[in-house]
Amino acid sequence: MSTTVNDPGRTGASPRTSRQRLTAAEPYLYLAPGIAIVALVMLVPLVVGVSFSFQNYVIFRPAARGWSGLENYAELWSDRTFWLALANTAKWTFWSVLFQISLGLGLALILEKPFPGRAIFQSLVFLPWAVPTFLSGLNWQWLFNPIVSPLPGMLSAIGMLDEPRNILSDPDLALYGPITAMIWWGVPFFAITLLAALRSVPSDLYEAAAIDGATGWEAFRHITVPFLLPMMTITILLRTVWVANSPELIFVMTGGGPANTSQTLPNYVFTSAYSSMNFGYASALASVLMVLLVFYSIFLLWIRGRLGQ
Amino acid sequence: MRIVTTAGIWLIRFAYLAFALFPLLWLLRIALTPDQLLYTEGTTLWPSVITFENFRYVIEESPFPTYFLNTVIVSLGTAAIVTVLSTGIGYAFSRFRFRGKTALMVFLVITQLFPIVMLITPLYQILAPVGLVDTRIGLVVVFTAFNLPFAAFLMHSFFEGIPRELEQAAMIDGCTRFQALIRIILPLMLPGVGATLGFVFTAAWSELLFSLMLISSEAKKTFAVGLLSFVGRSGVDWGQMMAAATLALIPPAIFFTAIQKYLVGGLTAGAIKG
Repeated sequence: MSTTVNDPGRTGASPRTSRQRLTAAEPYLYLAPGIAIVALVMLVPLVVGVSFSFQNYVIFRPAARGWSGLENYAELWSDRTFWLALANTAKWTFWSVLFQISLGLGLALILEKPFPGRAIFQSLVFLPWAVPTFLSGLNWQWLFNPIVSPLPGMLSAIGMLDEPRNILSDPDLALYGPITAMIWWGVPFFAITLLAALRSVPSDLYEAAAIDGATGWEAFRHITVPFLLPMMTITILLRTVWVANSPELIFVMTGGGPANTSQTLPNYVFTSAYSSMNFGYASALASVLMVLLVFYSIFLLWIRGRLGQ
Repeated sequence: MRIVTTAGIWLIRFAYLAFALFPLLWLLRIALTPDQLLYTEGTTLWPSVITFENFRYVIEESPFPTYFLNTVIVSLGTAAIVTVLSTGIGYAFSRFRFRGKTALMVFLVITQLFPIVMLITPLYQILAPVGLVDTRIGLVVVFTAFNLPFAAFLMHSFFEGIPRELEQAAMIDGCTRFQALIRIILPLMLPGVGATLGFVFTAAWSELLFSLMLISSEAKKTFAVGLLSFVGRSGVDWGQMMAAATLALIPPAIFFTAIQKYLVGGLTAGAIKG
């Protein structure tokens, strides 16, 4: 490492000015490769994708391709499956994230205090995060099958199901199968970030609270929660967006069925694009999803700003 | 009262453990169950006889070793490149003030909102003319971009945990800034670098949809695609599939177990700033 790219002595121009120019450019040199690849592989396809949503673009009908204005969006407005998928996306995201937060917070609180075997306990309960998403889908699909898994029997024994049957083929319950898999998979991520946040709470605050005679709950309510909230809003924001955008578990476990009852928007986009080959319509669906997520994020950040005051 | 509380806490700990491990245990159980007992003893906790035949078949006779190797190449390649690039971004965000900094940070956050499914077709059309469709390099390029923003936040947070005085002292002693980064800062950040590597490796290992759309030839298939084509085939051999799945869990599980404590530590360092 004796010579480096930004060694100013090696440039031919007058050393002083080139050094200054280099110093000004230096942060961009560190940033450029990464930002360039993100822009090329994410931003450019996004712009192209959004432009598809204003086109008549069905792979089987190349001759009919052309700009069609808001036609795809009008079609979407009167598409029952779209509204169903939208409602399901909200349900899927809400329940998945809600349970991931509460179970993740519980786990983080357990892991914060030392107990015998904590290190091994932590690596075991964090294992689901290492399981590839589609694999946890296949795994849970199998677990919900009453012929090859004891789970439906257990659920009916504790009264959650009327009889041991497969909830994935029940129109009213199918969506809760992938939700369960998503919760199982995502709890460790919340636990990790919340554990990190818990560890950053200065311990002298708890000592002071104990001296003032605060109970454990009061300390949690007035010290832990305010410290966790800023970190939690960011984690919730990221998770909500990832969960809302993720089609894999639905794709693997139910394929959106039976009869679209567990269809969500990302999976509907995927099936519209690759079964019906209607790229224009699929892109319109995806664009709507993105706009909704942008509004959601702005709302959440606005709340975070109010809390910070 | 105290005993009841302690017992209650242990009960909760075991409940978490059971919830986390039961599905994994079931995966292993199916992989070890002989075919003829798969349905007759389907709901018993452990089969009366176990077999390693499924594992033998997957390793010796199926194409899974090739898929496995492809996934290792793609995931390691992605993890290495993302770690290098996110070090650059994290360092720039942490140590410099420059024009457009906030805009770039906002841009990276916004990429997390992009509906990934919409990008598949446009990306295919961009990658095809440059010959990156149906190649492992193409997958590495795509996964690199998708994982970079989060990895950059992670690295930014790790850099914030390292005092600036260290590299300032090194620069007074005659190092260039780049030399100070390589010789002084990065050695201190090894846990953070490891955490980022492991995090990205695990994420790349899981990817399904892009591998499904971008890879068509048998010799380049990743594990996820191979496993899914198993499901699509008529007369799925579940035992073999679950044996393959069990083997596929080993690398990310090892990586993730090795890095999790650094992940928590690194996020703590960054969290202090809020």
